[in-house]
Amino acid sequence: MMTETILAGFGGQGILFAGKMLAYFGLMDNKEVSWLPSYGPEMRGGTANCSVCISDDAVGSPLVTEPDVLIVMNGPSYDKFINDVKPGGIAIIDSTLIAQKCERTDIKCFYVPSTQMAEEQGLKGMANIILIGKLIKETGLASDEVIKKALEKIIPPAKAHLVEKNIKAIELGKNA
Amino acid sequence: MERKLMKGNEALAEAAIRAGCKCFFGYPITPQTEISAYMSKRMPKIGGVFLQAESEVSAINMVYGCASSGIRCMTSSSSPGISLKSEGVSYIAGADLPCVIINVMRGGPGLGGIQPSQADYWQATKALGHGDFQLLVFAPSSVQEMADTVQKAFDLADQYRMPALILADGLLGQMMEPVAFDDAEIKFADASDKEWAACGHGGKRVHNISNSLYLKPDELEARIVERYQRYDEIKAKHTEAECYLTDDAELVITAYGSVARIAKAAVDAARKQGIKVGLFRPITLWPFPEKELKAACANADNVLCVEMSMGQMIEDVKLALECKKNVEFFGRTGGIIPKPAEILAKIVEMTQKGAK
Repeated sequence: MMTETILAGFGGQGILFAGKMLAYFGLMDNKEVSWLPSYGPEMRGGTANCSVCISDDAVGSPLVTEPDVLIVMNGPSYDKFINDVKPGGIAIIDSTLIAQKCERTDIKCFYVPSTQMAEEQGLKGMANIILIGKLIKETGLASDEVIKKALEKIIPPAKAHLVEKNIKAIELGKNA
Repeated sequence: MERKLMKGNEALAEAAIRAGCKCFFGYPITPQTEISAYMSKRMPKIGGVFLQAESEVSAINMVYGCASSGIRCMTSSSSPGISLKSEGVSYIAGADLPCVIINVMRGGPGLGGIQPSQADYWQATKALGHGDFQLLVFAPSSVQEMADTVQKAFDLADQYRMPALILADGLLGQMMEPVAFDDAEIKFADASDKEWAACGHGGKRVHNISNSLYLKPDELEARIVERYQRYDEIKAKHTEAECYLTDDAELVITAYGSVARIAKAAVDAARKQGIKVGLFRPITLWPFPEKELKAACANADNVLCVEMSMGQMIEDVKLALECKKNVEFFGRTGGIIPKPAEILAKIVEMTQKGAK
């Protein structure tokens, strides 16, 4: 069993961090994982994306070209990746920032106004984590215990108060 | 041992420190700058040396000096920077000194691009500088293997008094994967067991000199011949490769580094279609695992060499197989990473036409 995810958006939205969080969910679940960022000039204010693979066996290509799951946070990235999603796969779309609606019938699309939700709930800058919450709800990727263990690994002890905030954002996403 | 996520570049740096590398001399270049960044944070805390030189040429010559004193040291760069280091590498080889050099390859020639590539295979294995010499060349294909290779590279470099090169690429350097290190205490290797080291001895012995200049041809020839005797021993003892499903394979793919793992995904997909295909992955590129490749291709008439270049390792593959097999090539270059589906299509094409 292998889940391949692409996360994409603008630099600064926490795309790479959200990808790292996903990879840590896999790691804490004793899975094999890989995380590969796009790197280069496109990161300066432009689009950022990363590939995350979570698998029972060793990961082959860390570069995801046909994702099972797409998390997308801006229009240009939506246009770039929406047609690459595997038939039967899912797309989780920040509908605050993306006006487009998907016409594909062979994938499931979830429109979550995560940027707006984050602002309303005092979680500014955590729209990415809300979308991770939605992913967990739709894929069952990580248990509550795994989520907690992973957050404690990624968030340095000096910022421990952010663990609760992240859990709140994940819960919001689950219920969105 | 706890597994944690690390970038390949960071794992290389941490592994070097754990292998007793006391001094690191670097100069930034994408996609390997994380090695320098990691060293700059870590080395001062543990009594090691991190030095950002004013250029790649300077960094490799600092390695030359440091290596002569018997201290474990390392430098890293990416393709264009490695070309700049080549003069220094030749001098280090000529002076028979151990060190570790890392090349996180990007697209070339010239400044090329910054995306992953394997187009420095020839440079690494045939001529990273002028003169009669070789480097030990390792090609890991995962973050854990990158970490494990560093220790081996330092040990063999010391044992045979020659530079070792770890040939990675932007994909391996930038990706994060789980990696575990053993909990042994960090201990910098010292020069006490290196009788050749120019390290200060209180006048207790004749002084040592590190040098690559020998103006008398018979003296120079004797040194080179002695060096090649060491190379012969390495060829006999230290080739390494991984075979995956090659026992019954009628088609064997050869690929190294990051491309090997992509090829493995293609092999799995082809096997599901009932195609008898396997993967041969050289782990040492010099010495090239010739006998291992021959054995892996025992039942195969056809070989497919896959690289992120226009085809460089393919020449060693053909030589090792003495041109007795049909060897074809698939590659992407310039920073494009081949997709498993593209490799699979080539496998299917070769199978359908019954190739040879």
